[in-house]
Amino acid sequence: MTVLNEMQLDFVSKSENESFARVVVAAFASQLDPTLDELADIKTAVSEAVTNAIIHGYENTVGIIRISSKLYEDKVVITIQDWGKGIEDIEKARQPLWTSKPELERSGMGFTIMEDFMDELKVDSTPGEGTVVTMVKNINKGTVRQTT
Amino acid sequence: MDVVIIKLDHDMIKVNLKGEIDHHASLILREEIDNYIEKHRVKKILFNFKDVSFMDSSGVGMIIGRYKKLQNVGGKIGVVNLAPKIERIFQMSGLFSLISNFNDEKEAIDKL
Repeated sequence: MTVLNEMQLDFVSKSENESFARVVVAAFASQLDPTLDELADIKTAVSEAVTNAIIHGYENTVGIIRISSKLYEDKVVITIQDWGKGIEDIEKARQPLWTSKPELERSGMGFTIMEDFMDELKVDSTPGEGTVVTMVKNINKGTVRQTT
Repeated sequence: MDVVIIKLDHDMIKVNLKGEIDHHASLILREEIDNYIEKHRVKKILFNFKDVSFMDSSGVGMIIGRYKKLQNVGGKIGVVNLAPKIERIFQMSGLFSLISNFNDEKEAIDKL
């Protein structure tokens, strides 16, 4: 499948950058002409992954978060990577309502929301090395498209 | 994120939320609301989501946090004007077993 466009963005793990990150990815994905609903799903999922990197990956210390994204005819692939502490037990982390940080008022819904709002979710993590979250959103274009 | 707190009754407040609720905004919200709750002995909070354009799971954590705080004094939490996407996040998180989702402000004030 042909890659139509590609981008990569590095930023530091500050909570101020959560909104920056989701707006950038949404703006990039909007080249595929997604619905407002699809864009809202992408924004939410990106926000969850970036927040995880800040709170759990780097535990509120400063590190680099890298977002890369590729656009295809009918989908956007988004990768969010950190070089933080990594996840010991990915299966447990993906369970709804499970959080390693209840004292920080975390709901434990991050991965569940990413899974629900996106079409594919893959989590790769090595303790001590970092985490890579890859998400795919299918962009369902209308059957009738103006070509003239 | 902007927040305006309005006193509705001797122990009930309405919290008008405006903008985007993410982890960054939740930290600010939490502090402002908790300060008010402690100062004014609030027992019931109605969160008005009318002007909320975005919320992720950090918003869920913020609501659960306030719920736990009010539970200690026998208080309650309600919400109004949830957009469909936000309502879905509430549902997935099981929040509606802890707090009430009202059709409008009048119903909330009567029943909360």
